[in-house]
Amino acid sequence: QRSSNELYLRCQEFGCEQSLLSRPDGSASFVQGDTSVMAGVYGPAEVKVSKEIYDRATLEVLVQPKVGLPSVRERSQEQCVRETCEASLLLTLHPRSSLTLILQVLHDDGSLLSCCLNAACMALMDAGLPMSCLFCGVTCAISTDGQIITDPTAAQEKESRALMTFAIDSAKHSVLMSSTKGSFSVHELQQCIAVSQKASEKIFQFYRDSVKRRYSKSL
Amino acid sequence: MKDTPLSNCERDFLLKAIEEKKRLDGRQTYDYRKIKISFGTDYGCCFVDLGQTRLSCSHMFAIVCQTEHLCTLSSVFTVRQSELSVKLNRQLERCLRNSKCIDTESLCVVSGEKVWQIRVDVHTLNNDGNLMDAASIAAITALCHFRRPDVSTQGQEVTVYSPEERDPIPLSIYHMPISVSFAFFQQGTYLLVDPCEREERVMDGLLVIAMNKHREICSIQSSGGIMLLKEQVMRCSKIAGVKVSEITELINEALLNDRKARKAGGKCGFAESMPQERITALKKDETPVEMTDVTETANGIIQKGEAAPQTVPSPVVPVPGVGQVGQGLQNSWGLEDDDEDDYEEEKNDNSGDEQVEEVTKMDVGEGGLLFIYLDSLM
Repeated sequence: QRSSNELYLRCQEFGCEQSLLSRPDGSASFVQGDTSVMAGVYGPAEVKVSKEIYDRATLEVLVQPKVGLPSVRERSQEQCVRETCEASLLLTLHPRSSLTLILQVLHDDGSLLSCCLNAACMALMDAGLPMSCLFCGVTCAISTDGQIITDPTAAQEKESRALMTFAIDSAKHSVLMSSTKGSFSVHELQQCIAVSQKASEKIFQFYRDSVKRRYSKSL
Repeated sequence: MKDTPLSNCERDFLLKAIEEKKRLDGRQTYDYRKIKISFGTDYGCCFVDLGQTRLSCSHMFAIVCQTEHLCTLSSVFTVRQSELSVKLNRQLERCLRNSKCIDTESLCVVSGEKVWQIRVDVHTLNNDGNLMDAASIAAITALCHFRRPDVSTQGQEVTVYSPEERDPIPLSIYHMPISVSFAFFQQGTYLLVDPCEREERVMDGLLVIAMNKHREICSIQSSGGIMLLKEQVMRCSKIAGVKVSEITELINEALLNDRKARKAGGKCGFAESMPQERITALKKDETPVEMTDVTETANGIIQKGEAAPQTVPSPVVPVPGVGQVGQGLQNSWGLEDDDEDDYEEEKNDNSGDEQVEEVTKMDVGEGGLLFIYLDSLM
């Protein structure tokens, strides 16, 4: 009876490197399987008067695709990442300043938005910006036969019936942002959210391990 | 983002050090920083590190209809579109396109109609000075690494084979033009090769010479308004010749290593080239995630929530190009209520009962009203 309830879904192998660029205040590169994204954070810095907000920092996100100019798809990804960051950063501590987050896609093999979110979080941590909670991104795909796959590759994404990305926060494991594509039932949506919350625990453990390693006195 | 201004004491310190033939990172006058070239998973994607300056370069290709004579396209994109990126773009185009380093004739598919269009995108990841040299190394390495799909033509029909069907073909490259930058200080008295970002801030002028290993000059550009003597330019070109042959050897070695690695079947890409022994890097293998009570959690949440409406209004098309979903709510602004009442009263006076009923039905709606305007996209 246990085997029917137990579902083991695989979480792709991931890797991360922090502080790899000398010019930005914080930088990180996050690798999920073959998908890799590099993030750089500049800030808090001077902001243009037209963009300044009197009581909080102005967050700007730029997503640079691997080839070509940024298009509408990158703009929507930017909006997703920006809303997640604004929900977790303590922007009121730096009024009239600007925070710029630049994400460069190095290779896209599926689960791109969640890789961007993870790289963004690590870069913000590396820059030392005050945050109320960490966040991570998890992508779920529902295949044509109803099976849920986490961290799909590009081939799996193409054959899926629905694709969902959730940003989960570390404090209460609640959903900060969701971006879905395709058709699915309410039951499937709730299942995917529960699956993402479970998978996010692994990613937060990975964040803790990498920061612990970085500040450890001995390996 | 504005750059922080350079302080006067820093500027004086740098200039004084250069006069005494000392550089901030301890290099000699003609030394290059450490160059590291790695490749991505796709063909034609490479990463170049010149000291702390990091760039990534990738390709895009397409078959396009072109009636005039064939050409390839190149573009450079940096993080912010600025004067610097325009300058780099122009210089790179001159270096690659005008030097005819690629055989453009072989890129023709159907003469006079279809040609291959190849686009080079160079992304600056970190700018620590001397973007021009790093960009030229990245671009030419990526072009050498690139493989285009195989095509066959039968009359007017063109078949493009995917990489699984037939092996992709490399481009035919005649020579590899690489640019070398010289920074001049104190009105041309002192010169440094491969300036870093601090040195670029205090330099008077820049001389960029693009050369290939056969000692043929592909392009020379002098900017900054410094006046150079003929002997200085000749000396610079000799130094450039030496440097270019060193760099060309490095590129060839990197390409060979990558070819061997791919033949051996190993995984290549940015993920693999991430250094493991660094304290700031961590890698974790594939792990299974336990999902024992996922279905129970999902069911619980659905039961607690409210029931979804059974039927969803399907879109109606009243006029071609406009879609309508729902009937619309009653106007709650308060201002136009009186007008609406008057209108209703008029209607009541003028028309019969049937008309009144119709009007009433239209006002009371359920749900929201959504108009979708369908325009031709692109």
